[in-house]
Amino acid sequence: MSKKLRTRNHKVVLNRSAGGDMGIAMFLLIFGAFMFIPMYYAVIQSLKPLDELWNYPPKFYVVNPTLSNFGDMFASMTSSWVPFSRYIFNTVLISVAGTFGNLFLGSLAAYVVSKMKFPGRGLLFGAVRYSLMFTATVTGIVNYLTMSAIGLVDTYWAIIIPAWGATLGMFLMRQFMTSGISDAVLESARLDGSSELRTYWTIAMPMVKPAWLTLIVYSFKDLWNTGSSTYIQSEQLKTFNYAIQQIVSGGLARAGVGAAATIVMLIVPVLVFVISQSNIVETMSTSGMKD
Amino acid sequence: MSEKATAAAKNAKKPVARKEMTMWQWTWKEMKRNYVAYLMCAPYYLIFTTFTILPVLLSLFFSFTIFNMIEAPQFIFLDNYMRLFLDDDIFIEAVANTLIFAVMTGPVSYLLSLFTAWFINELPPKIRAVVTLIFYAPSLSTGMTFIWKVIFDGDSYGYANSILMRLDLIQEPIQFFKNEAYVMPLCIVVALWTSLGVSFLSFIGGLQTVPKDQFEAAAVDGIKNRWQELWYVTLPNMKQQMLFGAVMAITQSFNFGTIVNDLAGFPSVNYAAHTIMHHLQDYGGQRFEVGYSSAIATVLFIMMVGSNMLVNKVLNKVGQ
Repeated sequence: MSKKLRTRNHKVVLNRSAGGDMGIAMFLLIFGAFMFIPMYYAVIQSLKPLDELWNYPPKFYVVNPTLSNFGDMFASMTSSWVPFSRYIFNTVLISVAGTFGNLFLGSLAAYVVSKMKFPGRGLLFGAVRYSLMFTATVTGIVNYLTMSAIGLVDTYWAIIIPAWGATLGMFLMRQFMTSGISDAVLESARLDGSSELRTYWTIAMPMVKPAWLTLIVYSFKDLWNTGSSTYIQSEQLKTFNYAIQQIVSGGLARAGVGAAATIVMLIVPVLVFVISQSNIVETMSTSGMKD
Repeated sequence: MSEKATAAAKNAKKPVARKEMTMWQWTWKEMKRNYVAYLMCAPYYLIFTTFTILPVLLSLFFSFTIFNMIEAPQFIFLDNYMRLFLDDDIFIEAVANTLIFAVMTGPVSYLLSLFTAWFINELPPKIRAVVTLIFYAPSLSTGMTFIWKVIFDGDSYGYANSILMRLDLIQEPIQFFKNEAYVMPLCIVVALWTSLGVSFLSFIGGLQTVPKDQFEAAAVDGIKNRWQELWYVTLPNMKQQMLFGAVMAITQSFNFGTIVNDLAGFPSVNYAAHTIMHHLQDYGGQRFEVGYSSAIATVLFIMMVGSNMLVNKVLNKVGQ
């Protein structure tokens, strides 16, 4: 293989074998198809009118696309005594309230453990860092006891308040603040007599917008996907994802409506992600495990 | 004002040097001086401790007791664990299934995330953004697993069955999610489909921080191809993201129970895809045996944290 470097656009172009390029392209094509085709089916399925859903053999395209499945989605749940819009309202309320609480409390704590020096800050951050190693499955049973002891069972708060203490967003915010905010800027603000709370709000927070967006995307995504929860029993407090599971369990007759619902379910987090993608990548570049 | 009083005031104001205090005195003084810090992080840490730290400790405590939520917990030492490992055949099957799930999804998902992120790193930014979305989107909504139910539907209207029947590979439609032989592998495939999440984005972010001039320097120094470049330049530069990605992938690999619920129902056919999470759901969520389910939760906790620590130790050696 030649070791001579080619140049293009005044930049050194590294040695790249054509075979390697081909292999990578093949991998991306095959793996990409695996990732993409199910989503394509979901879209096709949601646009099929009822008679095409019953076609045998099932087709991989749609002849007469219709949006009626999306309309039926609302109609199909009206027979139950909770209107479909209520499920959507519940999911939106939980997602928005949980996300913003997590953003404010999490970023405040992230600021403290990354930019203030006091005894115990290593312990405080270490606890969050290690808690990334297990999931809510482990904590569910005791949390149910806690919730019933303080009377949160069967209220929105049972979902919203634990979300305020979520760890991933706080962790990423702390890592981004550690490398993204210079101590000198904060020090000069403090010397000017700015209180810590004020320094956090007017100086630190505007500097870490990418980390905000990242926290919002992750927190929102988790809450948006809240399904049936042991903490919620009342039908009128249940979520959109729960309602979808009910529709989908109706079998093929509901397959078109089910697909329409999953598309609606997917489109919101996708939009949130698309808007903030470049900021997330910037945040993730500081996402290391180090202290 | 007497001389004595001013002298006393002077004495009081004179700061005590750190070396004259014990460690605890110094710490206490620093804590009082920084009380604002504690106040500011108190709301977050109050919630975090209540719903994340406390449950782990309480689970450990309850796991040594019998507790039905009505009467006070009764101490029985290791009986719950004895019952788990010696008497509960379904739990042993759940542990085996959980480990199969974790071993099949964790490393594969990690490598897929790493290599996909690396492969798309050299694409032009706009195309890269679109490709990133295609790979990342399945992890954005848990509802999307529904479409796999349509593809692998149990009757001849399912895509998979209809193709297999037209190719004459099968005569009767296969009840994919009601068949012990298929349910685990299919759940693993779907789990992998949804697994390019946080670690994938972390790798994409990490790859962009590798200084470009290092590649050029390495090329001049005799790096021959992209694989050497990956090993000698790229990976050592993104070690922190690799550690973080590993934590995300491992933790996630123990947590695919919901996908099994969505696809195969609960309990899955003949417990073929029964994981520790399902066992927990069974005893904690349905039978309210808090002591016993706390023992299950503690075992799961030890498995999750243990494998994370182990892998972190191994990954720390990369490039050393």
